[in-house]
Amino acid sequence: MSTEVRDEAQKDHSQQTQKRMMAEHFNKLETAKADGKKVVYTFVPGNITELILALDMLPVLPEINALQSGMRKKSAGYISEAEKAGHSEDVCTYVKCDVGMKKSGNIGPTGTKIPEPDLLLLSYTGCFTFLKWFELLREEYNCPVAMLHIPYQAEGKITPEMRDYVVEQLRDKVIPMMEQVAGKKLDYSRLSSMLELSAKAEENLVDVWESARNTPSPIDGYFGGVYYIGPIFTAFRGTQDAVQYYEELKAEVDERVRLGKGPMTPDGDMPEEKYRLVVEGPPNWTSFYDFWRMFAREGATVVSSSYTRVGGLYDMGFRHDPEHPLETLAEYCMGCYTNHSLPARIDLLEHYIKTYAADGFLINSVKSCNSFSAGQLLILRELEERTGIPGGFIESDLVDPRYFNKANIDNRLQSYFQMLEARKQGSYA
Amino acid sequence: MTEHQRDPAQPILEKAQALVDDMFDVVAAWKKANPGGLAVGHMPIYTPRVILEAIGILPVAIFGGGDQVDIIRGDSYFQSYICQIPRSTIELGLLGRYDVLDGMIFPSICDVIRNLGGMWTLLFKDKYSAYLDLPQNFNKSIGGKFYASELRRIATELGVRGAKPLTNEGLATALLNENARRAAMASLDKLRMDEPWKVAGSEAYLIARAGSAIMAKEHTALINDFVAAAKARQTRPVDNVRVVLRGAFCEQPPIALIRSLEKAGCDIVDDDFQLGMRTIEGPIVTPENGELLVAIANAFLTQGRHCASRYIDEDEKGLDVVKRVREVGADGVIFAAASFCDPALLDQPMIEAALTRAKIPFTSFKFSENTGQFQVIREQAGAFSDAVKLWGSEA
Repeated sequence: MSTEVRDEAQKDHSQQTQKRMMAEHFNKLETAKADGKKVVYTFVPGNITELILALDMLPVLPEINALQSGMRKKSAGYISEAEKAGHSEDVCTYVKCDVGMKKSGNIGPTGTKIPEPDLLLLSYTGCFTFLKWFELLREEYNCPVAMLHIPYQAEGKITPEMRDYVVEQLRDKVIPMMEQVAGKKLDYSRLSSMLELSAKAEENLVDVWESARNTPSPIDGYFGGVYYIGPIFTAFRGTQDAVQYYEELKAEVDERVRLGKGPMTPDGDMPEEKYRLVVEGPPNWTSFYDFWRMFAREGATVVSSSYTRVGGLYDMGFRHDPEHPLETLAEYCMGCYTNHSLPARIDLLEHYIKTYAADGFLINSVKSCNSFSAGQLLILRELEERTGIPGGFIESDLVDPRYFNKANIDNRLQSYFQMLEARKQGSYA
Repeated sequence: MTEHQRDPAQPILEKAQALVDDMFDVVAAWKKANPGGLAVGHMPIYTPRVILEAIGILPVAIFGGGDQVDIIRGDSYFQSYICQIPRSTIELGLLGRYDVLDGMIFPSICDVIRNLGGMWTLLFKDKYSAYLDLPQNFNKSIGGKFYASELRRIATELGVRGAKPLTNEGLATALLNENARRAAMASLDKLRMDEPWKVAGSEAYLIARAGSAIMAKEHTALINDFVAAAKARQTRPVDNVRVVLRGAFCEQPPIALIRSLEKAGCDIVDDDFQLGMRTIEGPIVTPENGELLVAIANAFLTQGRHCASRYIDEDEKGLDVVKRVREVGADGVIFAAASFCDPALLDQPMIEAALTRAKIPFTSFKFSENTGQFQVIREQAGAFSDAVKLWGSEA
C-alpha cells in the first residue's frame, strides 16, 4: 500500500491528509532515539499496531519502506546492494530492497534516517518469507525478536485451538517482551480504547469499499485502494487520527457518489467507466503510475481487489472487539487475506466479482510473492469457470524494475480490454 | 566370483533402488495385503509418520517427480519463477500416479507447498488433503499444545476415512518401531561419517529414500542389513575431502547429481536430504505415564533439527552447520539449494556468513530436481575439493 503520491499525480483531499499524517509519523521516527521512544519493526499482515501504540512505541513497516523505495526509483540500487552481498536473485525483492536500504544508510521515504529497531515483532502471518526476513534483520541489527506464529486457515475457519495458540503467545511471550522493551506494563483499558477506535475506522473503510457497488464506482479499489488502506494497515489503526481520516475519506466518496463521479486517477477524475474489474495480487510499485494509467486510460476501474485485504477482511464482517482484546487481535491476525486457503481466496474473489458486478478479472502475478502467486493460474481457471467472465494474467514484480516490462504489460492489457469490449458488443463469446 | 560376492551391499542397494523406482507398486502391494488399509502421502520435511503408522496407515513420502517425469500439465499451473517440485507433484497427480494414495498431507514448509495443499483440495476433491501447521513457538505449553491438537485433528479426520482410532497402545508400538528406525539411521550415518569409503553419501541417500513407502519396521531391517553388508566391504580410504551438504531440505537433487559430487572428490558425510526421516534427533523419549502423542509433539519442539523452514529462536543462524562441520570432521560445506526455493535461498547469506566467520570453506550452487546437466556443478565441486586439499580453510 502507499502512503504518498508523486507530485505530478492529482490527489484527493484525503490523500493530502494522509500525506500529512505520514510526514508526522516519520518526523517522530527521526527524533525517536532523542525522544527516548522505542521503535518496533513489524509487518502489515497481522500487524498488532494497537499493542505497539498502547505501549507508546513507534511502528516501522519494512514492506512500506520497500514499496516507497520502489515508487521513488531507489529499489533497483538497494536490490543490487543486497545481491552483491550474497542474496539470491530468486528471492523476494521486498527483503532485498530492505536489506539494501539498510546497507545504504537506512534512509526512509521522506529522506530521513529510519531509526534502528529496539524490537523486531515477527507477526508471522500468511507469508513464510516474513520469518526469514526478520532472521536476516536480526543479524543486521542484533536486537530481540518477538515471534508471533499465526496458524494458517487451511480449513477455512478459525478453531478454538488456533485462537488459544495465538492468545497464549501474545499473553505469555509477545506482550512480556514488548513490555520489557517499552519499559512499562501494558494498560489493558488503554488497549481496549484503541481497539474501539480501530472498529470505528474499520466501519468507514467498509463503507468506502462498498461504494464500489455504484455505477460508476466512485473509487478505484486497487490503485486508489492502496491509499485507502494506508493509515489502517500501518501506524495509525487505533488512533483518533485514523478515525478522522476515514470519516473524511467516506465523506469524500459519498460526495463522489452524489455527483455521479468516477474515481480519482493520477490524471484527475475518471471520465467514463467502461470496464469494471476485480484484481488479484499486489501492484507493481516501480512503475505504479504508469501501471495505473494503463487502466485509467482505457476506462477500467478496479471495483475490488485482494491486495487491499492483506491487512484485514473488514468487509467480511471482522471488527476489532474492545471487550476481548487478545482474542480479537488473534482473530484479526488469522483473518488477513494471505492467511486464507487457496479455495477460500477463490470464494472471496468470486464474491467480489458478483457483488461488484465486474466485467473482468485480472491477476497481476508478482515474482517476489509466492504467498500470492503460487496457485494463481488455478485461481484464474476456477473463477472463469464459476463466473463465466474472462480472466487476464500479467506478470511483474513488487519493487524490482527488471521485471516490469512496460510494453509487454501494456500490450497484454490492451488485448484484454479489447476482448472485454468485444464481449460487451456481443461479438465475442 | 559374481558381482554380488564382490560387494555384499549390492543386492540391498538393488532392492532399495527398486523400492524407490516402483514406489507406487509397493504401495499398491501393501494395500492388497492390508485390505481396507489407507495410504497417505506427505510432502518433504517433517510429517510424523509414527502417528500415521499408529492408526494403521502406510505413510508415503512424496518428493515430486525427480528427473523421471516430463512436465507438461504441471507447468501450466505454475509461473516460471516457482520451484520444480509442485509442478511434478501436480503432474503426477493429474497422470493418476497418486491414485493409489487415499490422501495427502502438506506440512508447513513454505508458501508454495502451503498453496499446493489448497490446489490439491480443488483438483482431487475425492481425496483427503490436510495442511499440517508445524509450530514455530517451541514452548511445550503453547506450541506443544497446539501441535498436539493438530496431530489429533489429522488422526480424527483420517479416522472418519477408515483409519484405526488413535490409542496409546497403537502409538507405543509405532514409537518402538520408529525409534528402532532412528537407531538404524544413526548407525548408517555413523558408518558414513567414520568410514565414508564404505558408504557413499549417495548410497545412504538411497537407503533412506527406500523407506518412503514402507513401514518403519521393514525399513529398519533394510537399513540394518545394508549397514552390516557395508561394514563387510573391503573398500579402502580414498583421498577425498569431507563435506557437509546443506540447502536441499525439500526439493531433492537427482541422485546422479549427488554421485557427480562424489566423483568430483567430495565425500558427503552429512546432509539435510529427506529431513522427514531425520527431523527429530535421537530417539523419541516415551514417558512411563502420560500421553504418547504429547511426547511426540514435544519431541518436535526439543529435538527438532534446524532447517530453513523452522524459526531459530535464540540461536544464531548457521551455527548448527558450523557445529555439525566440527562434529563430523568435515573439511567444508556445499550449499546446494533448489532454484526458487525461498526458505533455503533466504538462509544462504546467513549460513555463508556463519561459515565465513568460522573460517570453513564452502561453495554454493542451485539445482532443480530435474537438472540434467551436471558438468558445471561437477567442475565447481572438483575445484572446491582441490582448493580445500591445497589450502584448507584458506580455500
